[in-house]
Amino acid sequence: MSSKRSVVLYMHVHQPKRIRPYTVFETANDHNYFDNPTWDHGSHNRRLFRKVAEKSYLPTNAMLLDLLNQHPEFRFSLSITGTLIEQAEMWGEDVLESFKRLTDTGRVEIVAETYYHSLAFFYSKSEFEAQVVAHKQKIQELFGQTPQVFRNTELAYNNDLAYWADQAGYKGILSEGWEPVLGWRSPNFVYRPSYTNNIRLLLKNYKLSDDVAFRFSNQGWEQWPLTADKYTHWLNAATEDQPIVNLFMDYETFGEHQWEDTGVFEFFRHLPAKWLEREGNDFATVSEAIVQNDPVDFIDTPQTITWADTERDLTAWLGNSMQQEALKHLYDLEERILKTGDDGLIADWRNLQTSDHVYYMCTKLFTDGDVHAYFSPYDSPYDAFLYFMNVLRDVRWRLSEHEKGSWYG
Amino acid sequence: MLGWELPPHNSGGLGVACYYMSKALSQEGATIDFVLPYKADHDIDFLNIYSATDLIPLHRNGMGAYYRCNCDKSCTHASLSSLRDVQSQYGQYVEQLVKDVKPHVIHAHDWLTMEAGIIAKRTAGIPLIVHVHATEYDRSGEFYGNPLVHDIEQEGLMMADRIIAVSQITKNLIVDKYGIPAEKVEVVHNTIDPESLGVYYYDQSTYAYLDSLRKEGYKVVTSIGRLTIQKGLKYFIYGAAKASEKYDKLLFLIAGDGEQRDELIELACELGISDKVFFTGFVRGQAWRDAYSVGDIFVMSSVSEPFGLTALEAAAHDSALLISRQSGVGEVLNNVMRFDYWDVNRFADELVGIATSDSLRDELAKNVSNEYSRISWRDVAKRIKQIYHKEGSAA
Repeated sequence: MSSKRSVVLYMHVHQPKRIRPYTVFETANDHNYFDNPTWDHGSHNRRLFRKVAEKSYLPTNAMLLDLLNQHPEFRFSLSITGTLIEQAEMWGEDVLESFKRLTDTGRVEIVAETYYHSLAFFYSKSEFEAQVVAHKQKIQELFGQTPQVFRNTELAYNNDLAYWADQAGYKGILSEGWEPVLGWRSPNFVYRPSYTNNIRLLLKNYKLSDDVAFRFSNQGWEQWPLTADKYTHWLNAATEDQPIVNLFMDYETFGEHQWEDTGVFEFFRHLPAKWLEREGNDFATVSEAIVQNDPVDFIDTPQTITWADTERDLTAWLGNSMQQEALKHLYDLEERILKTGDDGLIADWRNLQTSDHVYYMCTKLFTDGDVHAYFSPYDSPYDAFLYFMNVLRDVRWRLSEHEKGSWYG
Repeated sequence: MLGWELPPHNSGGLGVACYYMSKALSQEGATIDFVLPYKADHDIDFLNIYSATDLIPLHRNGMGAYYRCNCDKSCTHASLSSLRDVQSQYGQYVEQLVKDVKPHVIHAHDWLTMEAGIIAKRTAGIPLIVHVHATEYDRSGEFYGNPLVHDIEQEGLMMADRIIAVSQITKNLIVDKYGIPAEKVEVVHNTIDPESLGVYYYDQSTYAYLDSLRKEGYKVVTSIGRLTIQKGLKYFIYGAAKASEKYDKLLFLIAGDGEQRDELIELACELGISDKVFFTGFVRGQAWRDAYSVGDIFVMSSVSEPFGLTALEAAAHDSALLISRQSGVGEVLNNVMRFDYWDVNRFADELVGIATSDSLRDELAKNVSNEYSRISWRDVAKRIKQIYHKEGSAA
């Protein structure tokens, strides 16, 4: 047993390009789906991007850079979607620069994923691979690194995905540390996915991750308020005889899901120093965790799991018939769309694959409904569906204009 | 005349019918004192308009003739109790008014004004004519509806000296469900004034996508109206799915809004035809007219429709009509296809039949457009005036 204990912090950075209220009257008339300059005092997506940038990306990056400078041991991993990067290129050079300053330290690792934050793996292997390649190229171009570890959208994971990632040459893959899959085992070790040769599996410690990501500001939680002292105590207890603790969360946890006035920045600013107080405690990126620790067992995951909701499945995206219809009709177009060679049309079609669009159509209420409502820009899941379908019809219209040879757009 | 709305402050067909009926009646020599529950400026010279309250039309949003609020989300869904307050004030106003203007007969429209009609009858000792455009049975689809409204209707129908029903279907309902003697009920169908539709040019860009598909041979099936249980739209969607199995070049345009929208969207998804069904939301003006024009086939799938003016409007826009037997408008039109609202197989069969035969579609559309304007409001007014005379002299 290694005497070293590592916190493996991994954060996910993403903002969708939200569809504007797009009616049947716009269909075949206006091909701008995501941003309408006349809508909502300028671009809705731009406004939301800047809001999240000011509240989360910029202050968090500044804090993380400080921590990297103060603590040579501090290191972590990030995944950044192509969809987010494109928006940053349009509206946030400052945001891009602040991410580059982090990766320039050499202690921030970027994780591979689909460019468009899509669920393409479950619909089209070829489209999925195209998006993974596109993402890799974008990351190489911007940050000068080649991702070694893969994470799928929403941490959606199963044996097939692990097999694919192994064949594709990834060192590791990320998933949810969910008890029905783990059984009696702890998520605080490195594992191997069943039926693979070389790849390693890192599993999210969802209890400790969600203490920060979801419960931090919940005053009804018996552990509120959470301090760096208390949390470090829990981390130490969790790693008493276990080598790693995988803290996976949305990047927007800092400043957006948990607002600044909850104290989340202060909490995190003190955390590395507290954690490093104990002999043998350090930090590791996802690749380092895989290299430094031998796998202890195989994990068999025939069914797809995700990091979402109490069910940890895909029902938030594919649970109702609207969502299934929307994606079925979208992916049905793949061959015809790609054949046009029209970059604008292909990009629009791919932007529609971003999983958030179907997430907004989610009708699950119960305990998760409030989270869903908070993240939706629409009045109801039904509106989200109607706008999406009207856009999809416009895509079809452009496609048939192409096929008739009468498209000049 | 006791009404609840007049254009342009109307939420549906009741206001339109009252307007043209009164206009034609005044041209036939009747003097009409028309009472509204709100205050507004009207450009109407053929009526003496009285306002029972100081409410502006906006305030009565949500308590229109279709009190199951179908207005937009900004409306604070008016509760029946606030509607009852307005009705009570309306009744008090009418009580005073009949003493002042001394009418010969009272003509009250639907349950909204029936109580005021009864008050007027008692106060002035003059005959009460109740005009039924819809009953609570119609509004609640296949369900019982609001018992309070039902009771008011029951009392109004019993107290009436004469009842005018807008269709035979409605008359049968009044006789069967409210136990009113058939002799007391006259059927006078509503109609449409072709000139009222005004000058209009179809704008092909409104529904550009639908029009582009029409050029590829698709047929557009339209339904226009409130998305409420009364309109039988779930049957429409089931039938649409059935028809699409047999013929895939069908598109379904559902224009309107209402509390059933979300349910209908889900149903279309479950049946796998969501990409063929278009929801426009509430449409008015050009987009409303164009919804008729873009349609090749107009469907009225109502579970219980006393009349159904939209079918006549569709006939004026070159549509072939497919109408449920439970819709009163079918009594005045011969060149239409019919089905029982629940018989989705028959509906689907007829739909495919019309969609796959241009000659059938065109023949239906051409013939019904010759037919829809046969009855004028003038004919309607003459019938009503006879009833006035009969009741007035009997009193």
